[in-house]
Amino acid sequence: MKRKHKRLSFVLVALVLLGGAAALVLNAFEENIVFFQSPSDIASGKVGDDRRFRLGGLVEDGSVDRSGGETVMFRVTDTANTVNVSYTGILPDLFREGQGVVAEGRIVNGVFVADEVLAKHDENYMPPEVADAIKKSGQWQGSSN
Amino acid sequence: MLHYFANPTRFQRLSRRVEPWLLAAMLVCFGAGLYFALFSSPVDYQQGHTVRIMYIHVPAAWMALFCYTAMAVSAAVALIWKHALADVAAKATAPIGAAFTFLALVTGSLWGKPMWGTWWVWDARLTSVLVLFFLYLGYMALRDAFDEPGRGARASAILVLVGFVNVPIIKFSVDWWNTLHQPSSVLRMDGPTIHPDMLTPLFLMAAAFQFYYFWLVLLRIRRELMVNRTRALRHRQASA
Repeated sequence: MKRKHKRLSFVLVALVLLGGAAALVLNAFEENIVFFQSPSDIASGKVGDDRRFRLGGLVEDGSVDRSGGETVMFRVTDTANTVNVSYTGILPDLFREGQGVVAEGRIVNGVFVADEVLAKHDENYMPPEVADAIKKSGQWQGSSN
Repeated sequence: MLHYFANPTRFQRLSRRVEPWLLAAMLVCFGAGLYFALFSSPVDYQQGHTVRIMYIHVPAAWMALFCYTAMAVSAAVALIWKHALADVAAKATAPIGAAFTFLALVTGSLWGKPMWGTWWVWDARLTSVLVLFFLYLGYMALRDAFDEPGRGARASAILVLVGFVNVPIIKFSVDWWNTLHQPSSVLRMDGPTIHPDMLTPLFLMAAAFQFYYFWLVLLRIRRELMVNRTRALRHRQASA
C-alpha cells in the first residue's frame, strides 16, 4: 500500500469511528437535546412533578380564555393528550388557536403554569390568497387559521 | 484531473479568466434576487413581510454548511494527497464560511424575535449552528497558533475533519429531535413546502451567494499564492 493510500484509509476509518461515537453520545443524551415535552409525555409520567420543563404542542381550537385579564388560559394538545396551561403576560404575535406553541414552566395543581410562551410555526410558506383557496377547497392540512 | 489543477501557475491563469464571469453572474443574481425578494414576492399568510428575512437567512445558512463541507474536502485532500493548493483553499474558505454562519445566526435571531418571541433558544438547530461558528473560529485560531506554518495546517485540517460530524447533525437536528426551529422547507423528501413565488427569490439569492463565494475564494487563493511566492523569493534572496 502506498503512503497516500494508507493516509486515505486512516482518514476514512477515523471519520466512520468518529461518526459512530457521535451517534452514541447524541443517542445517550437524547432526553436533554429535545427542546420540549409533549402532553403525552406528561400523561405517561415521563415529566411533571415539581420540575420545570418546556411543554410543546398545538393550541387547541376554541380553548383560549382571556376572561382572566392579564392571565390567559388555554389548552395544549398533541391530538392524543391535552394539558391546561395558564400564562400571565404578553403572548407572541404568532400565538393563535391551532398554532404550535412552546411554553416553559411547571405543573401546579394539575395546571401547567407557564412563565414564558414561544410561538412555533411550521415549514409551510405561501401567500394569503393561496392559503384561503386551499382552506376553501377543504384540502387544508396545516394549522386551523 | 486533481493533479492537473493542483499546479498553482495553471490555477492562477484559469482563475484570472473565470473571476470576471463569476462576479458578473453574482451581480445579476443579486440584482434580480433582491428585486424579487423585496418587491415582487408575496407576503406570507402568517408571517407577513417578516418572511422576507428568509431570502437572506436561508441562503446564508446553506452557505455556512457548504463552506464547511468545502473546507473539509480541501483539508482531506491536503492531508492525504499533500496538495498545497487544497490547503490554501481550506484556509481561504474559513473566514468566508465564518461570515456566512454569523450572518445566518444574526438574521435568524432578528427573525426569531418577532415570530417566536425570543432572540435565542438553546434548541438543537440553533446550538449546533453556534458550534459550527466556533469550529470556524477554532480552525483559524489553531492554524495561526504554530510557529511553523506546516504544523498549523496539519493540526487545523484534522480539527476541520473532526468537526465535520457536526454538518449532518445541523441538517437533521430538526428531524431527529423536537426543536423550536421548524423542519426543512426545501431540501426534503416530498419536495419544497414553499410557494413557487417565494422559491424564485430564494433560489436567486442562493445562486448569488454561491457565485459570491466562488468569486471571493478564487481571489483569496490567488492572493495567498502570491504571498507565498513573495515569501519564497525573499527567502531565496536572503540566503543567496
